[in-house]
Amino acid sequence: MGTDVEKKSFVLKGIGVSPGIVIGKAFLYDRFDAQVSFYRLRDKNLVSKEIKRFKAALKESEKQLLEVKNKLCELAGREPLYIIDVHIMILRDKMFINHTVQYIKEMLVNAEWAMKMTIDRYGEIFEKVEDEYLKGRVSDVRYVGQRILRNLSGGKKEDIPKIGSKDIIIAIDLSPADTAQMMINKVQGFATDMGGKTSHTAIVARAVEIPAVVGLESITKIVRTNDNIIIDGAAGLVVINPDPEIIKVYEDKQKHFEKAQENYLKYASLPALTEDNYKVEIGGNIEFIEEIPSAVSHGAEGIGLYRTEFIYINKEQLPTEEEHFSHYRSVVGADGLQWATIRTFDLGGDKFYSDPKLAKEMNPQMGLRAIRFCLKEVELFKVQLRAIARASAFGKTRIMFPMISGIEELREAKKIFCEVKMDLRAQGIPMGEDIEIGVMIEVPSAVIIADELAKEVDFFSIGTNDLIQYALAIDRINERVTYLYEPLHPAVLRLIKQVIDIGHRAGIRVAMCGEMAGEPAYIMILLGMEIDELSMNPLAIPKVKKVIRGTTIKESKILLEKIMAFSSAVEIRDFVNDYMRQRFPEEFQLDGS
Amino acid sequence: MVEIKTFEIKNKLGLHARVAAKLVNISSRFKSKIFFERDGKVVNGKSLLSILTLACPLGSRITIRVEGIDARDAMEDLGKLIEDKFGED
Repeated sequence: MGTDVEKKSFVLKGIGVSPGIVIGKAFLYDRFDAQVSFYRLRDKNLVSKEIKRFKAALKESEKQLLEVKNKLCELAGREPLYIIDVHIMILRDKMFINHTVQYIKEMLVNAEWAMKMTIDRYGEIFEKVEDEYLKGRVSDVRYVGQRILRNLSGGKKEDIPKIGSKDIIIAIDLSPADTAQMMINKVQGFATDMGGKTSHTAIVARAVEIPAVVGLESITKIVRTNDNIIIDGAAGLVVINPDPEIIKVYEDKQKHFEKAQENYLKYASLPALTEDNYKVEIGGNIEFIEEIPSAVSHGAEGIGLYRTEFIYINKEQLPTEEEHFSHYRSVVGADGLQWATIRTFDLGGDKFYSDPKLAKEMNPQMGLRAIRFCLKEVELFKVQLRAIARASAFGKTRIMFPMISGIEELREAKKIFCEVKMDLRAQGIPMGEDIEIGVMIEVPSAVIIADELAKEVDFFSIGTNDLIQYALAIDRINERVTYLYEPLHPAVLRLIKQVIDIGHRAGIRVAMCGEMAGEPAYIMILLGMEIDELSMNPLAIPKVKKVIRGTTIKESKILLEKIMAFSSAVEIRDFVNDYMRQRFPEEFQLDGS
Repeated sequence: MVEIKTFEIKNKLGLHARVAAKLVNISSRFKSKIFFERDGKVVNGKSLLSILTLACPLGSRITIRVEGIDARDAMEDLGKLIEDKFGED
């Protein structure tokens, strides 16, 4: 691969972060090095002209950023991104401007070159800074610098507002201002070199339902502006210069996807009841309160997983109790929802600030994160717990602790929560009477001691993404081993079954909130295990409901028994795919997997 | 008029971008020249990027030097902001 890029068809695999299919023209967004010309000034008389050009570009850049900011303010319910203010201040920064002007004057280079030198200069300075967060600020200088460069090269057409509606953005990485702009302009889709499921780009894409693939590593080097391109956000695939036949296939897929979405929406408001009356509770996974209406309209009965990380990330300071509370207050007791399961902070401490690069370089999966981090930073944890407890006065609330690996962690977390509640009670602050406490089952050790954990919690919620990763020893950041990620691995299925059985024996509810819960092909297997609640990306709910309503618990148990007898994932997958295709021809024929 | 004063950074996250922006907003209101110094490194107090390059964490000490006709007022306002932990925790 990569030897002949002349209109040759390529397929790149990245991380699909937002489902849907788009077919369109690529627009290479930020490879400014390739598009900007650098040259020396032939004589000194040109200096003042270059400085003028530079100042004009500064002005234009500021105008654009102010525009983005104003439009964001107009969008109801959105806080203006403060980071845009910082970018505006960089544009006005005396030293930033002086250095560039100085370079033009003294080195006799054009404004583009001088700008590039200033960016590099700050790159070097920040590189030496020991503080990881401040080190990351060089990205802000770079974002601003790139904007100026684009404006210098007269590249108004390169700014996102000017991009046509059929364009698909290809970028190394997208800045907060860029992604905000995309939100406003409703671009068709995008693909980036950097980023992961929790990167800023990914979060925005999901929230606004734009198909997107990230973590493609080198797509900006392979794709050129105007290349034909297809993005399959569900599969994480990008097809570059597709053959006409491939385009046809994807056009059909796209039509089918859209029609199917429409069709499934009919199932949204129906209960998830099997033909023999087994009822599964259906929850929605969300990370923004703005997603609540979509969760309700797609048929969520409650929120089965509220990821609270977004309250922390992309913020320059720790959220206050009031900020936490205002979020939880919106989720708990929301119209149309019966319960809200709030998961406490599930990242490492390094994630308090937005920086997609940081997230990519580290492997924090097994580090000081989630409950481990919270038990170290008790004060910080308490702020979140207080806010959740206060919100519980407004509706059914469940708290879920992530990454529990042993009973001590659970006891410690419960003890802290107890203290928080006692404090609140002493202050006469109202709380819900029946806050349920549960643990995420995602570390294999938690499965093994599930019987002990079950004695001390009200529910389990199986986080399949992490459980699979830990059980199969896969470094999810290492693309060379992602092929091992297999929800149908017999070991994974046995772990899940064990958790559900133990939970039921102890008389507690068992939910699943990992990606597996939203995959229609796996639903009958989970039904066979008698899962109590499935919580998923809201968009997946209607199709899952359709499958549940089209089967019986009896049939599901027979299927489960059959697949549990196989010894390999391949056999199970083949069997399940065939079975589901026969049972639900409409749903499974075109998925191809 | 010259004012020189040393402060300790008391907010948890140190001089991060939002806080530095607040400092610059105040500095820029005054005619005086304003310099921030930490460990022998001196930067322009009206430049956001320059302040960030000082990389002041919690507990670090910075010296502010203000030169000009409104030095006293500038120092007072800057000092208030820092002592107030920039309105943060």
